[in-house]
Amino acid sequence: MITYLKILIDSPEFLAQLIINGLLVGAIFALIAYGLALIWGVMDIINFAQGEMVIFGGYITYTLFYQFGIHPILTIPIVAVLLFVFGLFIYKTVIYRLLGEKDIFITILATFGLAILMQQLMQAIFGPDVVTANPELGMQVLFDGALIISNIQLVSFIIAVFVAIVLFVVMKYSRLGQTIRATAQNPRAARILGINIDKVYANTFAINAALCGIGGSLVVMIWTIHPFIGLVYTFRSFFIVILAGLGNFMGIIFTGMGISAFENVTGFIIGAEFQAAVIFCMLVIILITRSIRARKKRQYIH
Amino acid sequence: MITKDKQNTLIWLGLAISAIVPFLFPNHITLLTYIWVMIILALTWDMLGGQTGYTSFGNILFLGVGMYVCAVVQRDMFSSGLGRFERVSEVVVNLNVSEYFISLAVGTLSGAIVAVVLAVILGSGILGMRGHYFAICTLGLGHAAAEIASGIDYIGAGSGMVTPLYPSELLIGKEEFYYYAFLLVAVATFFLFRKIYQSQFGLALNAIRDNENKAESMGIHTTQYKIAGWSISAFFLAIAGAGIGNVIGFIDPVEIAFSGPTFGVWMIVMAILGGKGTIWGPVLGAVILYSAKETFWTYLLGWDKVALGLLILIVVVYFPKGILGYFKDRKQLSNSILSQKGEE
Amino acid sequence: MELLNVKSVDKSYGGVVANHDVSLTVPKGKIVGIIGPNGSGKTTLFNSIVGHHPIDSGEIHFNGKEISSLTIPKIARLGMLRTFQQTHIYDKMTCVQNMQISSDIDANWKRIFNPFSKEVDEMADELLAFVGLYKKRFLLAGDLSFGQQKLLEFAMALMKKPTILLLDEPTAGVNPTLINGLIDRLRQVNEEKGITLLVIEHNMRVIMNLAEHIYCLANGTMLADGKPDEIQNDQRVIDAYLGN
Repeated sequence: MITYLKILIDSPEFLAQLIINGLLVGAIFALIAYGLALIWGVMDIINFAQGEMVIFGGYITYTLFYQFGIHPILTIPIVAVLLFVFGLFIYKTVIYRLLGEKDIFITILATFGLAILMQQLMQAIFGPDVVTANPELGMQVLFDGALIISNIQLVSFIIAVFVAIVLFVVMKYSRLGQTIRATAQNPRAARILGINIDKVYANTFAINAALCGIGGSLVVMIWTIHPFIGLVYTFRSFFIVILAGLGNFMGIIFTGMGISAFENVTGFIIGAEFQAAVIFCMLVIILITRSIRARKKRQYIH
Repeated sequence: MITKDKQNTLIWLGLAISAIVPFLFPNHITLLTYIWVMIILALTWDMLGGQTGYTSFGNILFLGVGMYVCAVVQRDMFSSGLGRFERVSEVVVNLNVSEYFISLAVGTLSGAIVAVVLAVILGSGILGMRGHYFAICTLGLGHAAAEIASGIDYIGAGSGMVTPLYPSELLIGKEEFYYYAFLLVAVATFFLFRKIYQSQFGLALNAIRDNENKAESMGIHTTQYKIAGWSISAFFLAIAGAGIGNVIGFIDPVEIAFSGPTFGVWMIVMAILGGKGTIWGPVLGAVILYSAKETFWTYLLGWDKVALGLLILIVVVYFPKGILGYFKDRKQLSNSILSQKGEE
Repeated sequence: MELLNVKSVDKSYGGVVANHDVSLTVPKGKIVGIIGPNGSGKTTLFNSIVGHHPIDSGEIHFNGKEISSLTIPKIARLGMLRTFQQTHIYDKMTCVQNMQISSDIDANWKRIFNPFSKEVDEMADELLAFVGLYKKRFLLAGDLSFGQQKLLEFAMALMKKPTILLLDEPTAGVNPTLINGLIDRLRQVNEEKGITLLVIEHNMRVIMNLAEHIYCLANGTMLADGKPDEIQNDQRVIDAYLGN
């Protein structure tokens, strides 16, 4: 471990490399985290199956790539649509029953059950081995080899940012976005004004599913996935949302990128196989610090 | 409902039957042993999950900790490897009778103590917040523990460890020994938990579940109660883990010690199906679900884990109060109606 | 002796000033009232005192101790309890259990795994009878009517033998025929048990009869204070309620 730390200290270009790589892929995590925040803020649903929906999207891209020869990047719109429909389906069958549930643990346990179900279904269908859908795009060599950026990471970043911008515009200016925000602020008033709350919630959940799907497509292009890696993405999304705060769009983007960079660096020092452990410790430390600070100033974490 | 005297009679009857069952069904001893194991797992989950209202997805941590600590003590206690931290362990240790049982006892106790310490340390951090943050934190617990355990050579890294061979010269065979051991632990857990739930401590846990804000505003040290509850669960989970490691014969970090699908998720479904927040609920859930699992699961051939996920979903969404919860509600409702009728 | 001393407390929520430069004192053993039109910041003041949120500036002294940065549980343990407009009780537990859990269970750690003591049970029965809920003591608290829940919440607070009790609109939502009984009980706990009371009230008849000293809040600031008949005849108070 010390050796790796020394490497970073001795060659700051390598550190910069890790950080930039982290920032690039962090946009993907930010997107997934935003979806989580969206349904949490609008519908008060804490989705423990977020990561599994991401991986599901990844598997669809993988299947389309290897079975039908469609280029992975081109699968993204297909995955988005398929996951949107999937989101509507899950809403109608599971989520709809959880709305207005005062006991937040029912929601948590139900989405947790959904996560287990999806994990096992994916294992049964796709097998337990890791898969990837790397489109082999090559890389950019900058600054005389001091900085190497793989093109797929660059492309992913651009796509993620593009989706984020589209999302931002939709949420702020479109009719759908406005009804979603109105419902989030005051569901009863929205209903009185004639807004179909059920449709709003269904669409919100479906949008989240689509975001997860897009994230998953990008993820499977850059790394490998397997049916049980969803947990890591769920956990990371919670981490980002808790750190940045529910309503903070830009905050989530920056936090997502920041966390990813940090993860990359620590992953290099400690070892990539401790991925989940690192995120876990980070989350626990941050929550504890917050708790202590809040208690001193008479505030509570909600 | 059943009076306390009748309940106790039924319990003694049940215990008597349980004591002779290994002789009636000698081929199914391991299965029966696991029923006692699951009862312990479901009861311990329920202390925080059902009685306090704090869902934990990470109780598996303590199971695995108990497993590993006990196995290490058993391996190293009489072969002077303890504390040397350099062994890689495909070594199968041969112990004589007294060494076996002494190391088992010491190992089990050590595992329980380590688990409690862990629960206190972790709990001080993550139990100071509201329940959903706790639930989120525990989600990563098992996975993180598995990762860390996979990286430590002293405990076998990814390959795991083996537990010592049961002394073959004894009259009581390995299966019988662990059956009765687990029966005793399960019964002890049950009676202890029942006493706790009838005490001031138990009502405090329920108060946290029903209205944590109110409990705090009345000055109750809610965090301390939660940590204590989790520690008690950790203690018994670790004991169970130590036993499981020996029954199976080997441990590995991903499939066995910190395995969600094998133990971690089941303990939750069992407690909920039986009726969380009651003393008999988890017991009922464990017995029913585990028996059903062993009987029918093999017919599902590969889709059994999918069925597990579906089962959780259905139970949580449609039967969140579980079997006993349903009956408890009906009884309380008729009580209320009778009481109010008495007023008019 | 001043039991509670609030000095120049300011509190704003996101730009809206809820309390500005509010001061009041509550002498030990007395009943003090707070009145004011809706939105004048009465509940915010209560929340500031009991520890619900931090204050922007000012000081709050309770029994000589500065408490403005202490949290709710700590302040509760110092002897200050508070009831709510919307009642807060443990709705899935019986009335008796609500009472039991409100006793000082943390006091004796060694007995925490034993059932509640006879003294606690007797006190619970006594207080339930005091508020008229004895017959309903085995009902789930959630099944009581709103007024009954208010009485239960009141009894639970008494279980803890507080030094001071802050009551937020204790008669709101209570059947008018039961209000006199409630006033009597409040007076009784003050006279017989020596519990100091700080009461927010909208019902003028109630507060003028109950309190020995009254503070009037309007628009977040302290408008006037004095004895009930002084307040009743204070033009500023009359204007605050009728005017604007």
